[in-house]
Amino acid sequence: MMEQLQSHLATYLDYQATTPCDPRVVEAMLPYFYEKFGNPHSRNHIFGWESEAAVEKAREQVAQLIGADPRDIIFTSGATESNNLALKGVAKFYQNEKRHIITCVTEHKCVLDSCRHLEQEGFDVTYLPVKQNGLIDLELLEKSIRTDTVIVSIMAINNEIGVVQPIAEIGKICRAKGVFFHTDAAQAFGKIPLNVEDMNIDLMSISGHKIYAPKGIGALYVRRKPRVRLAALIHGGGQERGMRSGTLPTPLCVGLGKASEIAGQEMIFEYARIKGLNERFMHKINSNLEEVYLNGDTHARYPGNLNISFAYVEGEGLMMGIKDLCVSSGSACTSASLEPSYVLRALGVDEELAHTSLRIGFGRFTTEEQVDFAANLIVKNVTKLREMSPLWEMAKEGIDIKSIEWAHH
Amino acid sequence: MAYGKKVIDHFENPRNVGSLDASSSNVGTGLVGAPACGDVLKLQIRVSDDGIIEEARFKTFGCGSAIASSSLVTEMIQGKTLEEAHNIKNTAIAQELELPPVKIHCSMLAEDAIKAAIADYQAKKNSQGK
Repeated sequence: MMEQLQSHLATYLDYQATTPCDPRVVEAMLPYFYEKFGNPHSRNHIFGWESEAAVEKAREQVAQLIGADPRDIIFTSGATESNNLALKGVAKFYQNEKRHIITCVTEHKCVLDSCRHLEQEGFDVTYLPVKQNGLIDLELLEKSIRTDTVIVSIMAINNEIGVVQPIAEIGKICRAKGVFFHTDAAQAFGKIPLNVEDMNIDLMSISGHKIYAPKGIGALYVRRKPRVRLAALIHGGGQERGMRSGTLPTPLCVGLGKASEIAGQEMIFEYARIKGLNERFMHKINSNLEEVYLNGDTHARYPGNLNISFAYVEGEGLMMGIKDLCVSSGSACTSASLEPSYVLRALGVDEELAHTSLRIGFGRFTTEEQVDFAANLIVKNVTKLREMSPLWEMAKEGIDIKSIEWAHH
Repeated sequence: MAYGKKVIDHFENPRNVGSLDASSSNVGTGLVGAPACGDVLKLQIRVSDDGIIEEARFKTFGCGSAIASSSLVTEMIQGKTLEEAHNIKNTAIAQELELPPVKIHCSMLAEDAIKAAIADYQAKKNSQGK
């Protein structure tokens, strides 16, 4: 089964977008579609009880991975919902006392958009800039916290560039200042060690499909001691301590639980293996191509995420050349907006370079052969496209392309 | 994004990639677009004494559609008079390559490149005449 999956995934290098389900996860889920189909909230019969037991086991598995109490885990439909609930829920619950929120310009759209929504509702939001390496400035964070700040929301690992924010330091600052700390851990949960106690995390968003569980399930960690309260966004039967009504999808909860358990058992080994793949790939690229730039901090980053600019080669053109590889482009033209990535822009990456970037993601089923194949194909195509690039030609002739007055259209 | 067959063909087998000697008096060079916008197109033409485009070469930084538009344009203008080349409209390029609406700007850039190359050639000729 594993081998079949590996060969089917031979071209897939986009593990930040999503991951395939781990066969062990699917196997754990299967009984809950048929014989154990009960509503976990049915209190009067065996079907309800066995379903409830499965959900509670899953809750423990999720909690264990982050050193939390299982009662602090709320199941949701995914990290987008969790981020919405954390930000809007906390802001609305405490709105009569505090109306200021701090986040960062490179957050995921669902955090930024929730903040925009809250701004329209009259809340005040500070969007912290990032340094050139993609990390926030801790001193600036500390200075930005006001007496009316209710929550700070900073992601753990960035989805586009893979940098890891100093979560423990942020947590310490927030705890000292008495503000809640929420982290969007969609890309970090199950990949790097996270502990809500050591890191003083009050709320954490978790995604299933980034860690080999199915799409449609996620979780929000909500601390009870000291207690974080939030206003529900979805009302109904009062499930999940009243914070998120709706019948829990037992098979999906079981899937997230199993995926968390596997991630906990294999994290150290998997991290080392993916780091090895990263080094293998970068060595091949760097020994065959010049003017290649890794976006984001070199050290504070998750090795399964490589955001690379290949100067003088436009990203979408490159993607077309390497169409046998499933990667993601930081370049404009793939999205409808025609704007380069806002994350790369926030790092101060030149627009020219932002147009030349690819995001390459390694994961559980990536092999060395696949990494070699990808590196060779990229080297071949970058070389070919540079031969066709007028900018490369100018650079080789020693002309500074910034010195030319380009007609912007 | 799914590409049309013709775009893929021009992208994978680009026609007339390269450079002509920009300092030569019978060569016109057009450089249009901007790196920050994600596409730059350099088109060069060599023009005979009787005003026929004998040779065209391109280099392009851009997406597949921009490269395909450039490649197609070199084929379209070779053998044409300057006036005929000047009259080529971006719609003809877009139609031939079956470009989707979001890629129409690639064909507009290619049209601009033809006009820029012709203008450069004519400016050279005029300054020689003086």
